[in-house]
Amino acid sequence: MNSSIAQQTDATFIFITAVSVVLLLIVTITMIYFVIRYNKKRHPVAEQISGNTTIEVIWTLIPFVLVMIMFFMSYSGFKNLRNAPSDAMTITVTGKMWKWTFDYENGKQTDTLYVPLNKPIKMAIKSADVNHSFFIPHYRVKEDAIPGRTNYLWFNPIELGYWDIACAEYCGLQHAYMYSKVIVMPEAKFWDWYNTKTDTTAIVKDSLTTKVDSIQKK
Amino acid sequence: MEATINNENFYQYKGKHKGILGWLLTTDHKRIGIMYLAAMITFFVVAMFIGFFMRLELLTPGQTLMKPEVYNALFTLHGVIMIFLFIVPGLPAVFGNFFLPIMIGAKDVSFPRLNLLSWYLYMAGAILAVVSLFTGGGLPDTGWTFYVPYSIRSTSNVSTALFAAFILGFSSIVTGLNFIVTIHRLRCKGMTWFKMPLFVWGLYSTAWIQILATPVVGITLLLVIFERFFGIGVFDPALGGDPILFQHLFWIYSHPAVYIMILPAMGLVSEIIPTFAKKTIFGYGPIAMSSLAIAFVGYLVWGHHMFTSGISDTSRAIFSLLTFIVAIPSGIKIFNWIATLYKGSIEVRTPLIFVMVFIFVFSIGGLTGLVLGSLNTDIHVTDTYYVVAHFHYVMFGGMGTLFFGGLHYWFPKMFGKMFNEKVANFSVVLFMIGFNILYFPMFIMGYLGMPRRYYDFLPEFQIYHQISTIGSWVLVTAILIMIINLIVALKNGKKAGSDPWGGTTLEWTIPSPPPLENFDIEPEVTKGPYDRV
Repeated sequence: MNSSIAQQTDATFIFITAVSVVLLLIVTITMIYFVIRYNKKRHPVAEQISGNTTIEVIWTLIPFVLVMIMFFMSYSGFKNLRNAPSDAMTITVTGKMWKWTFDYENGKQTDTLYVPLNKPIKMAIKSADVNHSFFIPHYRVKEDAIPGRTNYLWFNPIELGYWDIACAEYCGLQHAYMYSKVIVMPEAKFWDWYNTKTDTTAIVKDSLTTKVDSIQKK
Repeated sequence: MEATINNENFYQYKGKHKGILGWLLTTDHKRIGIMYLAAMITFFVVAMFIGFFMRLELLTPGQTLMKPEVYNALFTLHGVIMIFLFIVPGLPAVFGNFFLPIMIGAKDVSFPRLNLLSWYLYMAGAILAVVSLFTGGGLPDTGWTFYVPYSIRSTSNVSTALFAAFILGFSSIVTGLNFIVTIHRLRCKGMTWFKMPLFVWGLYSTAWIQILATPVVGITLLLVIFERFFGIGVFDPALGGDPILFQHLFWIYSHPAVYIMILPAMGLVSEIIPTFAKKTIFGYGPIAMSSLAIAFVGYLVWGHHMFTSGISDTSRAIFSLLTFIVAIPSGIKIFNWIATLYKGSIEVRTPLIFVMVFIFVFSIGGLTGLVLGSLNTDIHVTDTYYVVAHFHYVMFGGMGTLFFGGLHYWFPKMFGKMFNEKVANFSVVLFMIGFNILYFPMFIMGYLGMPRRYYDFLPEFQIYHQISTIGSWVLVTAILIMIINLIVALKNGKKAGSDPWGGTTLEWTIPSPPPLENFDIEPEVTKGPYDRV
């Protein structure tokens, strides 16, 4: 059900793009056709036509209807995208030049985002210095990290694996290297990890590769 | 008395001052237009090469040419020069100055001295922008958007660049004011509002945005300077300020600025199509009114730049709705232009090819804007290369194409010479090919998650970056051929008559180049600007 959010975004994108391609083709082909058909050689005397109210109304209303459909489609996707389910697990992420730090509710702190499969995740997004933007392309979500305030986004990890987290708001010298990963783990494995006391970032980092491997094998 | 100056064009006219002073102290709107043209082509070429080197850096992953701090400074410079020195002022300052008075049958603008002042403000801003490169703590590296708090924290020379943009804003305000008064007061006999050429309508709509929106960004940039020097705490969250406030104020200007760029370009299309279709414009009223509609609704859509900034969901929805609505008048214009071609007697000459390229490229830019106005898709693609592609299609493909299109259209009038049309046509077609190779892959990599303003990229994006870089070589070649062709024409071009294209507006009724005061006898207008019967 919640997996539909990224799909809904893609569906909106495909709909808008498809309508756009059709409009672009109509405009371009008509233009080229007229330029050839009414070329000076074929059509030596121009007919002076200064306008047509009916036609103006038609080509004002059709785009209006089209953009309204687009708006409502995107708005319904947006409502789902913004409203996290009440059982979502909240994880705080803080952007700081040039890394992400994740704080879990039990005090665990990591530089990679570990999440359990099939549990909606709500990210509380903060910044310790300048603006950043927390971006997970795979889930089609992004929200800025602005100092002095907490922004939110949520996503539902429905498949095992790991995906990139990028910084999408320019933040200085190492902006292009402010990458991290979200790692979706089987539920039992996640809770094992979550409840172990060894919660220093260094250890988590060392075990990153093995964890990823074990996810891949499963 | 008129008879004695009849044979003398404005280049030959000997005023109080001779030589270079005859230019630097001139109040002739045509000379001022030419001075803007010289300055702007220079800045454009500089910023184009900056873009060229940025693309070269992105040819291979990791370091190709330069260090990240250099790359960050280059995209800042590319943006600042292109936006503040070329795209925003371009069409009004060059073609508005040269042709607005002529097209409404006037001798000059209302305030010729103020007009010269605006050129000096423009040059002062430009020089200050150059100074910011070589003084202080290094090249400004904030991006042209100067987002706080980074622009407050950065140790580079941001303040000078901010002040340069502030001064350039004044130049824009003064020009806008001058044009509004000129259009209201100096129209010749019979030139009623609905007999004005549509380029004038475009300038008129733009001028209102210039004087109403530019002061907002002026004060905002000044506040950032104060914040940097005195820590006044308006924007800095560490002092209780609000970084989101900056974004609101910045985009309240900078979104309408998009329309400052595009409305005169759209006006120019409405000039060029009737001339080459030998036909009156289809839907004069709707085209003129859609300019005003764009100018008005364009004020109310700035929030779509901030869909991920944390503003309320309600305001995001309202801004999204308004953004969709602002797309409609642009569509209306395109439909009317196409309809103008219907049953025309079309001559395919260089300026018309520019317009056809414009309609194709600008339509892509406009239509991809729908994806950015749409809430859920914008959240995914904002701050990615998708946005970079979109605004290059709109601004460069829109205003940029028409700047060169207008230059070719009015070149015979401005300089009294014809250019080599075959070379020009070749350069436009090459321009379109290079343009699409350069910018189209950016849509794809943007949707796949390539963020903008990145010095480096993940391996999966390399292929798109490489295609794009190859496109930049084609595009730069095309532009250089185009410019060189015009420079050659300046020296060796054949003499152009007063109406080489068969246009109907007033500028084609006077000699090329025009005499000092444009018209020997004040013209009287009895029919619509594009009427041929």
